[in-house]
Amino acid sequence: MSTTPRNILVVALLAALVLLPVYAGLTGDRFMLTLFTRIVILALAAVSLNLILGYGGMMSFGHAAYLGIGGYAVGMLAHEGIYTGFVQWPVALAASALFALVIGALSLRTRGVYFIMITLAFAQMAYYGIAGLARYGGDDGLTIYKRSQFFAPIDLSNKVQFYYLCLALLYGSIYLVWRLVNSRFGMVIQGSRSNDLRMRAIGFPTYRYRLVCFVIAGTLCGLSGALIANHTDFVSPAMMYWTRSGDLIIMVVLGGMGSVVGPVIGAVALLVLEEALPSVITFVLHPFMGEKAAGYGEFWQIVLGPLLLLVVLFARGGIDGLLAKLRAKAVP
Amino acid sequence: MTLFIEQCLNGLQFGLLLFLLAAGLTLVFGIMDLVNLAHGSLYMIGAYFAATFAAWTDSFVLGAVLALLATLVVGMAVEMIAMRRLYGRDHLDHVLGTFGLILFFDEAVRLIWGPEGLSLPLPSWLNTAVTILPGMQYSAYRLSIIVVSLAVAVFLYVLVMRTRIGMLIRAGASNREMVGALGVNIKLLYTLVFGLGAALAGLAGLMQAPILTVQIGMGENILIVAFVITVIGGIGSVRGAFIAALLVGFVDTLGRSYLPDLLRLVLSPNAASTAAPALASMLIYLLMAIVLVVRPEGLFPASAK
Repeated sequence: MSTTPRNILVVALLAALVLLPVYAGLTGDRFMLTLFTRIVILALAAVSLNLILGYGGMMSFGHAAYLGIGGYAVGMLAHEGIYTGFVQWPVALAASALFALVIGALSLRTRGVYFIMITLAFAQMAYYGIAGLARYGGDDGLTIYKRSQFFAPIDLSNKVQFYYLCLALLYGSIYLVWRLVNSRFGMVIQGSRSNDLRMRAIGFPTYRYRLVCFVIAGTLCGLSGALIANHTDFVSPAMMYWTRSGDLIIMVVLGGMGSVVGPVIGAVALLVLEEALPSVITFVLHPFMGEKAAGYGEFWQIVLGPLLLLVVLFARGGIDGLLAKLRAKAVP
Repeated sequence: MTLFIEQCLNGLQFGLLLFLLAAGLTLVFGIMDLVNLAHGSLYMIGAYFAATFAAWTDSFVLGAVLALLATLVVGMAVEMIAMRRLYGRDHLDHVLGTFGLILFFDEAVRLIWGPEGLSLPLPSWLNTAVTILPGMQYSAYRLSIIVVSLAVAVFLYVLVMRTRIGMLIRAGASNREMVGALGVNIKLLYTLVFGLGAALAGLAGLMQAPILTVQIGMGENILIVAFVITVIGGIGSVRGAFIAALLVGFVDTLGRSYLPDLLRLVLSPNAASTAAPALASMLIYLLMAIVLVVRPEGLFPASAK
């Protein structure tokens, strides 16, 4: 790994995430820790989406479904009195994998926009299916009274411990994705993205490869869902509505598709932006409007929307792509 | 029996309304190859405009006409400012860019009209029931939606298949460069097509407004249904969108009204009443999944045109 500005920044970001609880502990900023736990968990979901979106060229618009399935697996088992994480988490992963296997097997027969739409349709089906489970709260969602139980020293209710667990899982999955995409398997997946016909002509059953890739991504995202359920102590169908899938796509594209750490950058950027924009708007408007400016902070999405459009139009490759260009300028 | 006929009419009305929305989507996709998630926002804006203008002018019809024109203008402005730059890009770019537009429009509406919904009261001459069969009455307003939507469908057919503009639109869909080389202002043509799609979405929104409340996010649910229709019908095919819209309208409406009774035959009443609404909401997605598995390009693939 060479010392380009981009690599230094990436390492700095990854190190900053490790040191964050220390900062939060020193300043007593509990909110910061909660916010970044959420960021780390959603970054894990974005990393999993990037595996199929960025490397496999499979534009899934239903990725949030796994967040819901993983989350509800934990929530439902807790509701039935099974608190041990050794049951909850494997069930969450298995349920997500099974869902991914079924919808992947059907969806991967289609291409392009049809693939976007059929994954969306399956996710909506899962959304309405779970919203119809009256026993588990239906539309209102399900409160989880006890987090997943593991053996003695591990206590998910401890915020710092829980943060480090999420972070370890995030870094583990980044490593997994990195190993995957650089393996023979990953080469086939990327080859199929570029030219599926050619890959099949030289003898690769690309459908099977793509399906396995789809299932791996779904399973990883299910893990993220299990973490969210433990983080918020609550699951609701809203976490798998189609706009949530849109949020995940934003994170991937904003950070940089087809770059292993891109989704992490995107998740951090998007969620920090969400928190910071209201203050920025108030600050910018203050000289013009005085005290009334504070009221306009809540309309931050009016800035975020066009910002996304600008990223799409002018920053191909996302933030990671921009960082990579820094080097092109620095080293002529 | 009368209930069944009434539900069928409701299905027809819902299907035709969905067609207005899906027609714009499928036109824009077929001709500009653009996936426009912000289509639902134009539906919402049409409803908001109608509620506002109707309150100003004190006339439902005048308000509707003004709202239609305003949505057309907004649509053309959006095309010129944003969409134009997205043509020829990856579909993922479309999804992301227009998702950004949804955020913008939702928030802009909240800024202008506030977070509470509006309502669009019906004039008394539409708020009655008419006798359509001996012993059977039906809402005059829903009936007028059916009439207006059918008229628009005929208008669209004539416009696309029988006029010079329609010929240029079809030509632009199959080969943009060639049409441009022959001296047609293709940019203006695209702006007009997008505006037309926006106006259709606005019309659907303002006609739905008196039945439901006008609120932020009203376009997001129905947008997905419109997408389901375009996919079932075959993306880019207006004829496919028409048939798929009617199919979805019937399946959804009849599913919601008869599924609870059907389920009661096989399940306990308690289980049936909880499972039925969820299953009814899933029906159209199930329909789409089945269609795509059997015919991955939809019922009427546009490439065959």
